Amino acid sequence: MKTVEEIKAAIEAAVPGAGVEFVANPGPAAEHSLRLAPANAVAVATFLRDDPELALDFLSNLTGVDWPDKEIAEKVKVTRTVTKTVDGPEGKVDQQVEETVEETRKRVEPGCLEVVYHLYSVAKKHGPLVIRMKTVNRTDQVELPSFTPVWRSAEFQEREVFDLYGIVFRGHPDLRRLLMWDGFKDHPMRRDYVEPDDYEYEPTAHDTVLARAQEHKSKGLGTEGLTAS
Amino acid sequence: MDQNLKIELGKQGVFVTTIEELYNWGRRSSVWPMQFGLACCAIEMIATTMARYDLARFGAEVFRPSPRQADLMIVSGTVTKKMAPQVVRLYNQMAEPRYVIAMGACAISGGPFKQGYNVLKGIDRYIPVDVHIPGCPPRPEALLQAFITLQKKIDAQHLTGADRPRFLDADAQGEFPVPEFGEHDLEPTSNRGVWPVEIQGLRD
Repeated sequence: MKTVEEIKAAIEAAVPGAGVEFVANPGPAAEHSLRLAPANAVAVATFLRDDPELALDFLSNLTGVDWPDKEIAEKVKVTRTVTKTVDGPEGKVDQQVEETVEETRKRVEPGCLEVVYHLYSVAKKHGPLVIRMKTVNRTDQVELPSFTPVWRSAEFQEREVFDLYGIVFRGHPDLRRLLMWDGFKDHPMRRDYVEPDDYEYEPTAHDTVLARAQEHKSKGLGTEGLTAS
Repeated sequence: MDQNLKIELGKQGVFVTTIEELYNWGRRSSVWPMQFGLACCAIEMIATTMARYDLARFGAEVFRPSPRQADLMIVSGTVTKKMAPQVVRLYNQMAEPRYVIAMGACAISGGPFKQGYNVLKGIDRYIPVDVHIPGCPPRPEALLQAFITLQKKIDAQHLTGADRPRFLDADAQGEFPVPEFGEHDLEPTSNRGVWPVEIQGLRD
């Protein structure tokens, strides 16, 4: 198979303005990937499937990734003017001195949701090619184009990602929850998911379960009816 | 009645028993389980019914595909929150007298999926369980043991008095509320009539 860089060049030649970004994998596996712009993603996917040389006809796996808002602490050198009292020949004098101080600044990198696809070619017996797509944020702009019209195997996995991560796939023929029920409001695989508090009865609690059981007990909930005898 | 007299009469070819004993003997010897399995424990349940372990020795070989004809529900496997209402509904559809065996770690407590968002932490939150079998999955011998325990339990039931079984008590709760799918969890999260169960020797 072509290298990922070559595939990127081929995509850019076939789909003008595709907006494909190369994502390097620094690990020893060196499995680099391509990040597609959601606007042209279906055209790029169709090209990857139909190109006679690539012929990536099999979408083997599709999964979601949650990137929560990240707080980054950075150390920045700041130069500012400080008034200092200096002993001069004419007694004590206030003097303006420039001083360099190291400051810790915090900035919040906004999070997003990502989908990762693994493509193989059954006809050419090569792969995988890893492609990704990112949403704008994690709250209201969570739409991505659906690849179900291109690869049929995306259908259930996109439904699963919709269910567990809350990514809305535009153009999906039947986007319903797959694992949880229809009235369910949460997305359990997101990092900020809070599971229901049903820790009232833990006879052999340890580790995180013990912590949750103690938290439950401290709220004074649900131990009624448990009698020691 | 006096046991010695009973034995003496037996030697003379006279069989004496009580209605209660006869009735319980008949019931415990024809416990028909319901034919349904939820997860991997069901494979062990199937093995138990086959020739090697032979559940038929205990009069329980007739697995009924309809809850109306079944006496025993073997909750064999993980009960997901999506499945729990259906399990409770099936239990409601069974005719009295009815019994429940919670088979395996999942049916008892959620097992390895205990801290998951989608698994019920024990079916005894919604329906009364007669026998719990630990194990992941329990061996067929363990299921047979549970059967024998259940038979002993049936044998010990008195047909009259305060501790008579539910089906002879007109005031007893017959229908168990089916939980509904809520926005974050099942609603209600447990049936307060059966849960929490009273546990012997529970420490704080």
